Amino acid sequence: MKTVSSLLDSAWHERYKKISSLNIRSSIYDVTNQCNLRCKGCFFFSSNEHQAANEEMDIGKWSRFVQKEKERGVNLAILIGGEPTLYLDRLETFYNMLPTYCATNGLIKIPRERFPDMMVGISLWGDEEDEKLLRGKDTFAVSGKNYKGDPNTYYLYTITPKQVGRIEHVISKIADVGLKVHLQLLTNDENVDGFFWTEGKLKDVRAEMDDMLEKYPSTVISCKYYHEIITTGRMMKRAFGWAECPSVTEPLDNRNPQPKRLIRFIRWASDLQTMHRCCTSATRDCSTCKDGAAHMSWVMVNKRGHLNSTKDLQNWIEVYEMFAKLYRFIPW
Amino acid sequence: MLMNRNKKAMIFRVAEIIIHELKLEEITPETFDPDLDLVNELGVDSMDLATIALVLQDEYCIIIDEDDYPKLRNIRMIADYIEKKQIA
Ligand code: SF4
Ligand code: SF4
Repeated sequence: MKTVSSLLDSAWHERYKKISSLNIRSSIYDVTNQCNLRCKGCFFFSSNEHQAANEEMDIGKWSRFVQKEKERGVNLAILIGGEPTLYLDRLETFYNMLPTYCATNGLIKIPRERFPDMMVGISLWGDEEDEKLLRGKDTFAVSGKNYKGDPNTYYLYTITPKQVGRIEHVISKIADVGLKVHLQLLTNDENVDGFFWTEGKLKDVRAEMDDMLEKYPSTVISCKYYHEIITTGRMMKRAFGWAECPSVTEPLDNRNPQPKRLIRFIRWASDLQTMHRCCTSATRDCSTCKDGAAHMSWVMVNKRGHLNSTKDLQNWIEVYEMFAKLYRFIPW
Repeated sequence: MLMNRNKKAMIFRVAEIIIHELKLEEITPETFDPDLDLVNELGVDSMDLATIALVLQDEYCIIIDEDDYPKLRNIRMIADYIEKKQIA
């Protein structure tokens, strides 16, 4: 039988031990139904999730809710929306009680005096041209200034099929403002023309992501195994999709057999009562879902599946470390 | 240290349960080292532990609190834990 120490040398084993004790229990929270942008292909608005529940306005109720989440064992609050920065008091409620990550479009600057070390992920959908096309404006022009050099901020760059071959321009812009970047792929939820993935494009984007990682190692927070998983949708000869997805809200998960999944995971709507099916929209087709966090988690929850060979286990460690860095459990 | 027969049997049974629940290959209850670190060596995660805990709870009529998972690092520690719970 293969054991961890039979597969890893002491340096890798140390890395393994650091992350295997983390026991991350995340949940996702829609902080608000509102946004100061309306991007084409935003899963939240395209699937009408912004109308799924009436936003809770009483900050006292938010506070009691977060306390209960803490008692439920959550140790990572992932705040999304809408645009969470529209309600800094709600953000603060989470931040004061739990390790917190905030996803934002970066147009509003989070005051660091109130949130000194909260991890911030800024969404970016490509270069100036694509951002204008898909989001109505070049958000980087604002977010890059707002967060320049911030050690607890990174860009979450959603690569679209149109950007294949010209990713470097975006990565170098990010490097120039002293920030990190994590890469994910667009799921074309709103069927925007010209934004569909093909086998060929996925192959090309994988090679380009690998190149960027090699060329900008201190800027790009990623690993090649993640690139493989997200572009092929396959891991250990298994296909990603509904039957395998780890990021399904636990109380709504009636799959049988149960796959390996995120324990206690719930995605809460902004009324603090309604639960969404998963980390992204319930109307999304799981067979074409490219959600980056769900793919990462898919690897992470299948640890023993990676105990076949040294390379497999090292791949698993790299994906876990990437996740742990992105959510501030370990330093960059 | 001499181990009483009950404890030995319990260690054997816990090994059987872990092998069965985690579908481990190339190992038998006889060859399962009771001191092998389940997390750091076998790659067991908290969902695996929850699966094992459910079976142990049924079999030994005890309640295993999730906060106690860190105490269940190897088969010997699991057997010690079950013994203590049964006495309590
Ligand atoms: S900024 Fe985010 S939440 Fe707002 S519309 Fe765009 S993708 Fe959706
Ligand atoms: S849409 Fe994606 S994240 Fe949601 S359940 Fe399907 S595969 Fe998982």
